[in-house]
Amino acid sequence: MSAHLLVLPIVLPLLVAALQLLLGERRRRLMAALSVASCVALVLLAATLLVDVTGTSAGDSLAAVYRIGDWPARFGIVLVADRLSALMLLLTAVLALALLPCALDRWQQPGGPVQPMFQFLLMGLNGTFLTGDLFNLFVFFEVLLAATYGLALHRPGARRVSAGLHYIAVNLLASMLFLVGVSLIFGVTGTLNMAALARLIPTVPDNTRALLHAGAAILGTAFLVKAAMWPLGFWLPRTYAAATAPVAAMFAIMTKVGVYVLLRLGLLLFGSDAGPASAHFGDTWLLWGGMATVAVGVAGMLGARDLGKLAGYNVLISSGTLLGAIGLQQPAVTAGALAYLVISTLAIAAFFLLAGMLAPHDEAEAAPLLEPYDPAGEALYADEDENRATLPAPVALLGMCFLACALVLAGLPPLSGFLAKFALLAPMLETGAGRGAIALFTLVVVAGFCTVVAMCRTGIQIFWADEDWTFPAIRLGEAVSVLILLGSCLALSIWADTPLRYLAATAEQLHAPAHYIRAVFP
Amino acid sequence: MEAVLALAIGVLAASGVWLLLRPRTFQVIIGLTLISYAVNLFIFCIGGLRTGADPVLRGDADISQYADPLPQALVLTAIVISFATTALFLVVLLASRGLTGNDHVDGEDGTP
Repeated sequence: MSAHLLVLPIVLPLLVAALQLLLGERRRRLMAALSVASCVALVLLAATLLVDVTGTSAGDSLAAVYRIGDWPARFGIVLVADRLSALMLLLTAVLALALLPCALDRWQQPGGPVQPMFQFLLMGLNGTFLTGDLFNLFVFFEVLLAATYGLALHRPGARRVSAGLHYIAVNLLASMLFLVGVSLIFGVTGTLNMAALARLIPTVPDNTRALLHAGAAILGTAFLVKAAMWPLGFWLPRTYAAATAPVAAMFAIMTKVGVYVLLRLGLLLFGSDAGPASAHFGDTWLLWGGMATVAVGVAGMLGARDLGKLAGYNVLISSGTLLGAIGLQQPAVTAGALAYLVISTLAIAAFFLLAGMLAPHDEAEAAPLLEPYDPAGEALYADEDENRATLPAPVALLGMCFLACALVLAGLPPLSGFLAKFALLAPMLETGAGRGAIALFTLVVVAGFCTVVAMCRTGIQIFWADEDWTFPAIRLGEAVSVLILLGSCLALSIWADTPLRYLAATAEQLHAPAHYIRAVFP
Repeated sequence: MEAVLALAIGVLAASGVWLLLRPRTFQVIIGLTLISYAVNLFIFCIGGLRTGADPVLRGDADISQYADPLPQALVLTAIVISFATTALFLVVLLASRGLTGNDHVDGEDGTP
């Protein structure tokens, strides 16, 4: 049984989704039970895998390999789980489980097979994190994207369909780039297995190396579209703001998929072992592109006037920071980036849920807009004398959650956002990596400050200044989801030691691809 | 043959990109279809062009004379996937047409 553990995170959601499709729309309670069972099982599976690949000693680098049909890795399809894959699997499963209460609450009215699509999305995500060759990466990416198309268009309205149209067109084009990149790499090396590619790249003859680099660059562009690097990320804030709250929250991990693949392929294929001509290919692009993304995200965040867009630009900032950190290619920075990846995904998901809770439930009604800054105006100070005697408990809860989200996103102490940012930023100064690292450091600190400004402004307007802001009734499911997400952020700030050590070992393993190659080709 | 194929791929891709940048959803979907044809042809020829080569089925032929089977497998998968996603895009396109009453990609048409 344990030999087949590795394929279960892909097979289980697939079977559950198929079963749910067969059950049809009417047996709602059974469907919900299946969804919950599947997500709980995925969390357990991911945790088991994580323990399996951790090994006993700290420097021990284990990677579990599953050969589908037991074909040798040269001919067949392999699934590989190393520390990074296990981490991403666990993050996906926890996020999905945390979002289920809210999703089940919101999806009670009939509106298409939305629960099966959620399971297909999980299947695609898990497959992407586990696959060991480029073509199956493409297949799982398409599974994942097809599911997101359906989810993004759940309960269509004119705004949602228009945003979905752009999202699908951009992603179809990105998939074409993906295929061109994959086929160029196949044409040069004759293999698509990632470990085999990592072995072959140092020995590629010089006359075809340019073609290989072109293929890798085109492939990278496809992932940068998913990771929303400037100028490829204009589709993101609009699509995310238009999607329903639980869907947008699940999409928080979608940009991280692009980041994951860039991290994996960048370090495996173009790490320090890739020979003088190919080592660190594309790093500078990632670094400066990531910084441009952060800058655009900050500008958008300061200008955003509805909560959905505000959250969308926060996604851009987080993704840009990660891309820049990957571009530095240093183990300590990578470890910090992984911590930041986990924390920011959880916090942004919580923020999307909060944005959904603060907007009116009736989606035909337009969400209230934030006021533009107006120093001379009296809007903010009009009724200073009026003391509100009581604060209703739901509003207090919303306010506390908003505050926690803001602290984590901005990276202020005492919550885990600060720990993650510290783990990310401190090594940049220590190693003396030069201008790039200093520039990224400055930019991330400034972005944190601007996040504080934007979140303060939003919070003051919603909770203190605006008398007319109507708070819709809180649904139990939504509150539970937000509390689970923020609670896990809190838990990570209390018990930070073990996770951080795990992440440091993960980064070391990523920077030594020989382990990965040896696991696939023993 | 190489020149003809390269020209065909180039013309398909160029027409596709041109159409993709047009403002009507119908033009966009035709553009995406043309680009996917170009990409499929590109994958198909990446294993090397050869006329009259044996498929991998025959056991008695010289192994170096086989047509490379892997790009054929890849292109089959790519065709199926791009066909399915294009069909899905078509549904969204029709929904957009129904909801907004015009076929502009932004849902609003400048001309009356």
